[in-house]
Amino acid sequence: MIDAIAQQPMLAALFALVSLGIVFGGLLGFAAEKFKVKGDPIIEQIDNLLPQTQCGQCGFPGCRPYAQSIADGDAINKCPPGGQATINAIANLLDVPAPALDEEHGEEEEIKTIAYIREDECIGCTKCIQACPVDAILGAAKLMHTVIVSECTGCDLCVEPCPVDCIDMLPVIQGIVQWHWPSPASNIDLIATSKIPRREDAA
Amino acid sequence: MQEFAIILVSSILINNYVLVQFLGLCPFMGVSKKLESAIGMSAATTFVLTLTAMASYIVNELVLMPLGLIYLRTIAFILVIAAVVQFTKMFIEKTSPLLYRVLGVFLPLITTNCAVLGVALQNASKDLNFMQSSLYGFGAGAGFSLVLVLFSAMRERLAAADIPQPFEGAAIAMITAGLMSLAFMGFSGLV
Repeated sequence: MIDAIAQQPMLAALFALVSLGIVFGGLLGFAAEKFKVKGDPIIEQIDNLLPQTQCGQCGFPGCRPYAQSIADGDAINKCPPGGQATINAIANLLDVPAPALDEEHGEEEEIKTIAYIREDECIGCTKCIQACPVDAILGAAKLMHTVIVSECTGCDLCVEPCPVDCIDMLPVIQGIVQWHWPSPASNIDLIATSKIPRREDAA
Repeated sequence: MQEFAIILVSSILINNYVLVQFLGLCPFMGVSKKLESAIGMSAATTFVLTLTAMASYIVNELVLMPLGLIYLRTIAFILVIAAVVQFTKMFIEKTSPLLYRVLGVFLPLITTNCAVLGVALQNASKDLNFMQSSLYGFGAGAGFSLVLVLFSAMRERLAAADIPQPFEGAAIAMITAGLMSLAFMGFSGLV
């Protein structure tokens, strides 16, 4: 049969290329099944770097939608709770330059705060419970509410809806549990090349 | 054994595909800005080169030669390369999403890397056997990796160096590549 096909150059060419195409197509189809990627794993990695405050200050309904949007090419500097540290970490992950925090979405707070409900003033309206993105407020209708300190991310979202203004944002008391070494300032000369003036500074 | 060593030395140093034969220059310029992505690109290209050298040998011996279709080599090899690159892309996307993202558009562009087609066509025209052609493919990939990694390391230094303004960016990269090419020409006559 091969000989018969080889007699006809045009048939032979057609046969060769079509059969090659079929073989490779089959192989790739098999590989596509075998190496199927569920979702985009990079979204997972970005989501892990975000602070999980679910505060929505970036303009997205939570940290994961923002992670998705970053993976699709959105700016990485829209997360005030994470601050510059988060921006640097994401920039490092994605191999892009780290911009400064976008002021439009809020400023990075120097001191971490958490919500505190003055319990004797609380009327039990449950509005702050509905506003809390991380379910850190405990309470029921007509009964006083309180904040679970370890769950609160300090996103400020419960302050606005409170009708009696009984929620304060208090700085976290620094105890032996929360304290950690401050990270080094970013503009000091850590290595020899930091002393070489950057081109944009010189120009 | 000695023959294999000669093939490797010849394809890595003497007939280096990038600096001596001037094939595969676009990833050489495009992915050499960062050492990390250069290493990833080298690994991917070496993998593709070795695999295509093997696959194109098989296609050439089993399909094209018996049917007397040597004139179809180019298009058949392009088909082989496209399939292998697509396979590599799926494989990397599954195993290393980060590398997949870093390589970005350059990964599918291995398809159009002329070094890959060049290796396949040269192997076919030189009438090498299976072992020799796959070794040639691997040697070409190793040579490509060697110069790409060396070049990207140099470009990382160049980025911090004080270069006269007219020579900044691509210009100094071209000059560096030219000097590297001169240096590699010095290997001719080694074997």
